[in-house]
Amino acid sequence: MPSLTLVQAVNDGLRTAMRRDPSVVVFGEDVGPKGGVFLATEGLTKEFGESRCFDTPLSEDGIVGAAIGMAVNGLRPVAEIQFQDFIFPAFDQIVSEAAKLRYRSGGQYTAPLVIRTPYGGGIRGGLYHSQSGEAYFCHTPGLKVVIPSTPYDAKGLLLASIDDPDPVLFLEPKALYRSVKGEVPEGAYTVPLSTLRTVREGRDVTLFCYGAMVPVAMKAAEQAALKGIETLVVDLRTLLPLDEEGVLEAAKQTGRVVVLHEAPRFCGFGGEISAIIAENAIEYMEAPIVRVAGFDTPFPNTLEHHYMPDDRRVLDGIEHVYNF
Amino acid sequence: MTATELLTVIEPDGGVNGHVVGLNDAELLHCYRTMLRVRAFDDTCMKLQRSGRIGFSIPNRGVEATQVGAASALRKTDWIFPSYRDFGMALYHGITPLAMMHNMFGDAEDSAKGRQMPVHFSFEEPIKFFSISSPIGTHIPQAVGAAYAIQLRKEDHVVLTSFGDGGTSSLGFHSGMNFAGVWKSPVVFLCQNNQWAISCPSEKQTASESYAIKAKAYGMPGVLVDGNDLLAVRKAVVDAVARARSGGGPSLIEAQTFRMGGHSTSDDPTRYVPKELMLEWEKKDPVQRFERFLEKRKLWKSDVREHMYTEAMEEVDAAAKIAQSTPRPALETIFSDVYADVPAHIRKQGQAAFDLAKRKGDAEAGGGAFPL
Repeated sequence: MPSLTLVQAVNDGLRTAMRRDPSVVVFGEDVGPKGGVFLATEGLTKEFGESRCFDTPLSEDGIVGAAIGMAVNGLRPVAEIQFQDFIFPAFDQIVSEAAKLRYRSGGQYTAPLVIRTPYGGGIRGGLYHSQSGEAYFCHTPGLKVVIPSTPYDAKGLLLASIDDPDPVLFLEPKALYRSVKGEVPEGAYTVPLSTLRTVREGRDVTLFCYGAMVPVAMKAAEQAALKGIETLVVDLRTLLPLDEEGVLEAAKQTGRVVVLHEAPRFCGFGGEISAIIAENAIEYMEAPIVRVAGFDTPFPNTLEHHYMPDDRRVLDGIEHVYNF
Repeated sequence: MTATELLTVIEPDGGVNGHVVGLNDAELLHCYRTMLRVRAFDDTCMKLQRSGRIGFSIPNRGVEATQVGAASALRKTDWIFPSYRDFGMALYHGITPLAMMHNMFGDAEDSAKGRQMPVHFSFEEPIKFFSISSPIGTHIPQAVGAAYAIQLRKEDHVVLTSFGDGGTSSLGFHSGMNFAGVWKSPVVFLCQNNQWAISCPSEKQTASESYAIKAKAYGMPGVLVDGNDLLAVRKAVVDAVARARSGGGPSLIEAQTFRMGGHSTSDDPTRYVPKELMLEWEKKDPVQRFERFLEKRKLWKSDVREHMYTEAMEEVDAAAKIAQSTPRPALETIFSDVYADVPAHIRKQGQAAFDLAKRKGDAEAGGGAFPL
């Protein structure tokens, strides 16, 4: 089985989808001959031609708007937004159009499309190449929000997203594009949406995380283990629709919960996880839930390593709930 | 045809100056009848709204010829990405007043299951009349995407998308026109310049010499036509459709017309439309204009309008009566169609709402029990 980086796994997923289904088309800014600024679409124009993998004008609204029309008329578009920070001109198309189309047309028209976009910090990208905007989109009924953290999941979740009958926002942790490597099966396979992944078993503390924070969580869990604290690490993988039962089950296992994300804390996804646990399993809790998150500030450039949660901060959170 | 000189076909005496019409007598009368059906539907909806039986409507008086002239250039296999002031196109292609009236009442038979405001139609048959959205211009790049699928499959269908003068200021107009120009999309962009975006007049919308001239910057032809002249609109759209079908790419058509009423039933145009302007355009009524043409062809005499309008009113009234007595959608329609399958959290919320309604005895009739 080949060992691939996460971005190579995305590329492999796109190629696999395009080979098995001629209605899959891939497009966005610089995704054609150049292969995308992160090379996620490298070689696709060469293999499938310019009609199936191509550059678009520099317009996120146009990219997503056109993707909706393609999906409505029988294609399976996979649009790339170059950085998640640039997605907001397309917010209207995603939130008011793609996500609501099935509902507002009584099921007559649907938009089975995937929007792939790299998110998150760690590349010295400053305010506009670093954001984690998942919470904006998780507030949108009709949309699915998926975030892989391993090469295996990146390909399997991407193929499941392309197969999915509803619009999927596929957020790729750019910090992990080349920093993680793993075995990825050749050919088609899927990882079902709305399922969690237990990354590490543990009886003392439950740590929920996703995307680029999964390796950070693991590093902190290993350090906690040296201090005798065993942490159950859960990769959420799909934020919307969330596997709520899985979340509750994992939370009940330890009664001590830390939620981790790099997006700002206020109204972040951690708030939803905390509320679900508080509403449904408060009697299992041995300690208040702790959120470890980005600060409620814009994303800084030079000091980004202080902004992004690291193993120090996560370990602090683990120890806090453990010692409560 | 140019982007700044108004194309007209029907002359004041009803003549067409040698222009080839391309429609037989029955088709011409279908166009005429459709305009009267638009009027009957409008008039009925206004009464229904004023009497509190429906919440909202969008009047079309004054712009009927633009809608019908454009629709007459399309085949049933083509696509329409409409705005909310376009239902003449739907009626022309055989969508029934009853199907539309179910939407006006938002009842259990509404194709959108009562989820949208009135006039936000969505139909698949007998022509693709795409689901209407309230935000302005969002459907324009979507039309271009639908056309891309047509190009990729090498079909000869075309997509017509329609929007108002206000729509040309939207993000979607720019991105849609730009993408279509680059992709040579089989799309006809129809700007119904009715001169008002709610209360904002055209001169505050653009400093451009015309809307049609904007086409040049996107690398496509732009044509300015008299929107109250059904045959002029038809001629421009027929040409644009033929070009699109044969791989010649997109066009922009500006149909200059006038909204002879409010933006909606919630709007009072007398607060901002000068009376003399209204009177001036009253004289350019598109239905009368077409009558003069039909009269010259001996297809019309003075009692035809009343006869056909009465017929249309009977049809629309009957539809309104049926819709009014149709039950509301079932409670479960709040929770279905968000996704293809109902996710657990929505199922849970739906079940709770249904249980509560059942306990209180106010579950909507016709509703099945959860699970969906």
